[in-house]
Amino acid sequence: MSNAVLTRKPDARPAQPLKKASRYATGGPGSGGSIPGRVVAGILVALLFLAPYGIMLFGSLKSRAEILRIPPTYFPEQWHLDNYVTMWSTPETPLPQNLVSTIVISVAATVLVLIVALPAAYFTARFRFPGRMAFLFLVLVTQMLQPAVLVAGLFRQFLAFGIVDTWLAMILVNAAFNLAFAVWIMHSFFASVPKEIDEAAQIDGAGRWATLFRINLPLVWPGIVTAIIFTFVAAWNEFAASLVILSTAGNQPLSVALTKFVGQYDSAWQYVFGVSIVAIVPVIVLFAIIEKRLVGGLTAGSIK
Amino acid sequence: MSSTTTTAPAPAAGSPERPRRSFRDLLTALPWIGPSLALITLIVLFPAGYMVFSSTRDISQSGVDRGSAGFQNYLDVFAIPALPRVLANTAVWVVAVVALTVVLSLALSNFLDKQFPGRQIVRLAVIVPWAASVVMTTTVVYYGLQPNYGIINQLLADVGILDSPDFGFTKNATSAFVVAIVVAVFVSLPFTTYTLLAGLQSIPGDVVEAARLDGASHRQVYFAIILPQLKPALAVAAIINIINVFNSLPILRLMTGSIPGYDADTTTTLIFKLIQSDRAVDQASALSVVNFVIVIAVIALYMRIVKPMKGVDE
Repeated sequence: MSNAVLTRKPDARPAQPLKKASRYATGGPGSGGSIPGRVVAGILVALLFLAPYGIMLFGSLKSRAEILRIPPTYFPEQWHLDNYVTMWSTPETPLPQNLVSTIVISVAATVLVLIVALPAAYFTARFRFPGRMAFLFLVLVTQMLQPAVLVAGLFRQFLAFGIVDTWLAMILVNAAFNLAFAVWIMHSFFASVPKEIDEAAQIDGAGRWATLFRINLPLVWPGIVTAIIFTFVAAWNEFAASLVILSTAGNQPLSVALTKFVGQYDSAWQYVFGVSIVAIVPVIVLFAIIEKRLVGGLTAGSIK
Repeated sequence: MSSTTTTAPAPAAGSPERPRRSFRDLLTALPWIGPSLALITLIVLFPAGYMVFSSTRDISQSGVDRGSAGFQNYLDVFAIPALPRVLANTAVWVVAVVALTVVLSLALSNFLDKQFPGRQIVRLAVIVPWAASVVMTTTVVYYGLQPNYGIINQLLADVGILDSPDFGFTKNATSAFVVAIVVAVFVSLPFTTYTLLAGLQSIPGDVVEAARLDGASHRQVYFAIILPQLKPALAVAAIINIINVFNSLPILRLMTGSIPGYDADTTTTLIFKLIQSDRAVDQASALSVVNFVIVIAVIALYMRIVKPMKGVDE
């Protein structure tokens, strides 16, 4: 995965195998540390990062009485797996509808991003045209913006269009605010495919679209997967814009619905945590798939 | 920005048919970039313009536009008694969260770059707060810090940090704000650490090795060689964190939202309070414009320092 076209110093460090072994031995502070010491530190770090989600998991299996008990129990006395069944029919929020909303909005936004970003990424990586730099600059600026900055404007605009409180509004918002990242990451992947491959295909009579779909797509597939997963996860976890734009309980995604379980005096924590676990597990699986590319992708266009 | 002159299929620079050719190039490009342009225009540029427009209108609580308000909304916003406190909170919020995140991520990425058995598992554990929605992470910490029945309170009491588990971290503005900062740092660490880890991995091993052979200590190698090479990665991590933290809503909303008053608000949470509690979309728009100008200024600064477009046209 060479992002050479987008790097700050394309000539500084051509892709060459890194001497990992030697670097580990000679790195920064702590390089003299013993292996067992590192393992212990590693376990502590892992525990610290997993702790909140451990509380979530064990909490989701407690009864309502136990989770509010004083003093609290660290682990459930009785394991209430049935929480994962009963949470779907509670008065606080129509959870099945919230799940459907989350899925519809995230999937549709991801598909829309792909349809819109893929041609733009390919064309800007392959061809020069007037306004190309202006377009890439515009994309970079939108990458820096978030729905929260524009939420007042978005709300007024969707009100005027008559699509406030609809899935469509949130699909458009999620797609627009994740478009930039998708364009940048796919652009850098397309740019790393040698032009000669395109030219050979065109000599054989393939048009531009055929060259894109038949020749380039299989080669840049990892970049596309990264773009898909990032967009999907961002849309899946979106909160600020959904909170303002979606007012009907059934339209709201899980991230907003969750907050309904937390009341001033009475909170159904076991359901909050059950829903959280259900929402988090698929995302962790997706992130684990692209673990190696997590950052190369995010910082494409800015660093090497 | 001389993109047209270096094009591969275009005619030689200065040829008489160039202007027509470049217009045709633009037309050829439109089907490819048009959909992206349309989406950005419709959902980013247009709302930005509409927000600026709304900020000069007198809008009723039910959303009816009652005509021009001139700069009255801005004057109203600047006259909010809590505004100085909110602005100060915003500055503390952004500086504290970003600084702590960057320093801890430097240490964490340095550690995760070392070799030890099980490193892969530790790295995966560090991703989890990134994968989880911020709302969910914040909610579980909020629960854990509830007086008496909260598990984190109980743990702090069991190990002797708290005298009694009945302390209400989220019941007063100051301690709730501090807790919110801790949570914000926690959820920002994975992305920042991974960015720095990628930066570390791009540093050639032989440079470090040469310095070691010259007798430099581990610490000297880190500060004299590794850290300067990490600058681009640090710049990216810092700017993305600044923007994320500045615009962050859920953490403060959940941790401090039930506390009356504006003592724990930033400009972003105040905008949402204006929209949702006061239904003052016009004032919210004015404050959003102020927020927006700050974000644009930060981006401009970033463009100057990091120059992310450099190299695109090679």
